[in-house]
Amino acid sequence: MLYREAGDFKTSYAEDNQTFPIKFDRVGYYVVLAVAVLVVPFFINDYWASAFLIPFLIYAIAAIGLNILTGYCGQVSLGTGGFMAVGAYASYKLMTAFPWMDMVTVTLLSGLVTAAVGVVFGLPSLRIKGFYLAVATLAAQFFLVWLFNKVGWFYNYSASGQINAPEREFFGLILTGPNAAAATQYLFCLAFVLVLAWVARNLTRGTVGRKWMAIRDMDIAAEIIGVNPLRAKLSAFAVSSFFVGISGALFFTIYLGAVEVGEAFGIQKSFLVLFMIIIGGLGSIFGSFAGAAFLVLLPVVLKLVGVDLLGWPTDIVAHLQLVIVGGLIVFFLIVEPHGLAQLWRVTKEKLRLWPFPH
Amino acid sequence: MKLGTLTIAAIMAASPVMADLVFPSLSYRTGPYAAGGIPFADGYADYFTLLNQRDGGIGGVMTRVLECETGYNTEKGVECYESTKGEGSLVYQPLSTGITYQLIPKTAADGIPMHTMGYGRTSAANGAIFNNIFNYPANYWDGASIAVNYLLSENGGSLEGKKIALIYHNSAYGKEPIRTLEELSAIHGFELTQLAVDHPGQEQKSQWLQIRRERPDYVVMWGWGVMNQVAVQEAANIRFPMENFIGNWWAGSENDVLPVGEAANGYKALAMHNVGDDFPVFADIQTHVVDAGMAAGNGDQIGTVLYNRGLYAAMLAAEAAKKAQEIHGVADITPQMMRDGMEALVVDEALMESLGMPNFGPEFTVSCENHGGSGQGKVQQWNASTGEWEILTDWISSDRAVIDPLIAEDSAAYAAENNVEPSCG
Repeated sequence: MLYREAGDFKTSYAEDNQTFPIKFDRVGYYVVLAVAVLVVPFFINDYWASAFLIPFLIYAIAAIGLNILTGYCGQVSLGTGGFMAVGAYASYKLMTAFPWMDMVTVTLLSGLVTAAVGVVFGLPSLRIKGFYLAVATLAAQFFLVWLFNKVGWFYNYSASGQINAPEREFFGLILTGPNAAAATQYLFCLAFVLVLAWVARNLTRGTVGRKWMAIRDMDIAAEIIGVNPLRAKLSAFAVSSFFVGISGALFFTIYLGAVEVGEAFGIQKSFLVLFMIIIGGLGSIFGSFAGAAFLVLLPVVLKLVGVDLLGWPTDIVAHLQLVIVGGLIVFFLIVEPHGLAQLWRVTKEKLRLWPFPH
Repeated sequence: MKLGTLTIAAIMAASPVMADLVFPSLSYRTGPYAAGGIPFADGYADYFTLLNQRDGGIGGVMTRVLECETGYNTEKGVECYESTKGEGSLVYQPLSTGITYQLIPKTAADGIPMHTMGYGRTSAANGAIFNNIFNYPANYWDGASIAVNYLLSENGGSLEGKKIALIYHNSAYGKEPIRTLEELSAIHGFELTQLAVDHPGQEQKSQWLQIRRERPDYVVMWGWGVMNQVAVQEAANIRFPMENFIGNWWAGSENDVLPVGEAANGYKALAMHNVGDDFPVFADIQTHVVDAGMAAGNGDQIGTVLYNRGLYAAMLAAEAAKKAQEIHGVADITPQMMRDGMEALVVDEALMESLGMPNFGPEFTVSCENHGGSGQGKVQQWNASTGEWEILTDWISSDRAVIDPLIAEDSAAYAAENNVEPSCG
C-alpha cells in the first residue's frame, strides 16, 4: 500500500541512478526536508535545540565523516574525538585571529585544517591494517588532546585552558554565544548537514567511493584492478577528517560555546561516534543519521520517561542508559551488523511486497 | 519521534504552575566523580527538605529541589540547564568548573544567578563584571594563597629555597591555581613544580616518580574524584611524609583517604567550613528528615565533609532567598530578586548560631564589588585511627594584595572579550 511502484518507469540513466528511485521515498525525503527547513525553525525552543536538534545535526556530520573512513573505506579509526578537537581549536584560532571572518569561512577552513591533520595521521594506514591501525589512530586521539592541553598558543594562554567562542553574527543575526536564537543556530547547522550529506552521498556512489569500497572489500584485489591504495586511503582520511573537523568546529562554536579539550573531545567522544555508526549502520549515509539520532535522543528520552514521568532517582536512570547502550551494541553486532539502516532496508523490501508476499 | 515530542510538550505544558521556590541541583551520582557528587547532592537536598518539614519552606513558600544528573559532563550539564531553567530555577550550583564556564554566558543572558562555592571562574568575584555569578565564601586563588600562608606559618614566615610541587587535575579546574602560585613563588622565593594528571586521574605513576626523584618539601594537590585517593595512595607508596601533603578543599573528604587506610594518616587538606556532625542542625536533620524517611540518596553520607559542603551551599542559598524576600517584600521571588538577595547577603556568627550551625563557616559580607566573600579557609588533617578530619587552624586569610590585582586583570579581559560594561548599582 505504501509503495505503489506500478507505472513508475525509468526512461533515462539519470532517473535510474537517482538516490531515491522509488517515488514514495523521494516524496518522503522532500517532505522531511520541507519540515526541517520550513516548519521546525518556527517551533524550536532553547531546550529542544540544545538538548536534541543541534547535537543531533552535529553528531550526524561526525558520523558521516567516520562512516566514510570506516564504513566505506574500511579503515578503523578511534581518533574521531581528536579530529573534532582539531576542528574546534582551528575555528577558535581563526575566530580570535581574524575577527572579521564570517562563520561559514571559519567552519570550512577548520574542516580543511582537520583534513590536513587527518592525512598526516592517515599515512600509517598504508602500512598497517585493522587493529593495528585502530591503535595508531588511538595514539592520534591521545596526542592531539595532549597537544591542545599542553601548548598555550592553542588556547591563547588563557588561565584555565578553556576556549570560549566569541559572539559572531551571520547576516545580522547573532549566531554564536548565549544571545543567539535557537532557530538561527539550528538553520546554520542544518545547512551544513544538508550540503555535506549531499556531498557524501554523491562521493560514495561515484568513482571515489567505489575505490574506497574496493579497498575496504579487499585491498590487494583493488590494487590489481588499478586502484591506487595511497590515493584511495589518504583521500578517505582527508574527506573523513574534513567532515569530522566541521562537526568539531560547530560543536564548539554553535553548540557548547566553551570547551575544555580533555572533557569534550576525549576518548569517549571517539567511542560515541563509533557506536553511532555501528548502531546506525556501517557504510550508509542514512545509518549515520539514524545512529546519531538514536544515541542523542536515547538519554533525553530515558530522562524524560524515567525521571520526569516515573520519578526514578537520577542515578538509576543514568546507569540504565549505560546498560541499554551496551546491550544494544552487543545486540546489533550479533543480530544486525549493518545496523538500523539495514533494518530499514529490510522493512522497505517487505513493504514493497506487502500485502502480497510471494 | 514527532508524536513523542508533541506528547512530551503537552505533558510539560499541562502540569500546573506550582508556586514554590525551585533550587535546581545539577548533581552527579554517576561517573568517576560520583564519590564527590553524591554527598554534596544529598546535603543540598536534605537541607531544603529540612526547611520544608520544619519551617514550611522559606518565608512560607515551599522549596523544591530539581535534581538533574550531569555525570560531570558539560553536554549533559547544558541539557540539564536548558530543561530546568524554564521552571523558575532561582540559582544554579553545578559543582563543576567545566559546566560553570559553560553556564556563565548562558545565565548572564537569561538573568539567572549562579553560585560556584569555592570553584568555577575565580575572577567572577568581581561582581561589577560578573553581575550574576557569585563564588563566596572563597575561591581557588584564595585556596592557593591560604595553602602558601599556612606553609609560611609552619616555616617561621619564610619559604625561601623550598620546593613545592603542585599536582593538579589537567582541566580548567586544576589549572586555576597555577597563576596565583607562580605569583606567590616569585614573592616568597619557593620553587614551583607543576605536575598535570589527566582525567579521570587513575594514572599517576609517572608524576609520583618525579616527586620521588625531585623530593619537594611540600606537595599541594588540586584534585577531584578518583584522582584524590589514587594520589594519596601513591604518596603512601613512595613514603612521602603525609603531613607535607596538602590537598585543596575538593581533595579533603573521607572518600579520598579511607581507601588508603592507616597510611593516609596525617594527610592535610584545606577546609572552607567546619567538619563533623556536632552541630545542632544535625539533630533537626535526624528528626525531620532522616526519621521521616525523606533523606536523599542512601542517607549514609550525613556528617561527611562533602555532605556538610552541600548543606552549607544550601544554607547560603536559603539565606539569600530570605534576604531577597526581605528586600522585595514578596514571598515568591524571581531569579532576578534572588540575585539581589545574594548580593546583599551577610553571614555572621549570630546568623549561623540561629541556624544551628555555629562557627560552621567564615563570617562574610557580599557586595557588588566583591562577590567572593572573605576568602578564608582552615586546614584540616586526617586522623586515620579515629577516622575523622581534625581542624588544625583558625580561619586563615588569603593574600589579597596578590589576588585582587589578578582578579581585576582576568575579569577585565573577560569584559573586553564579551563587551561587558563594568557597573555597580
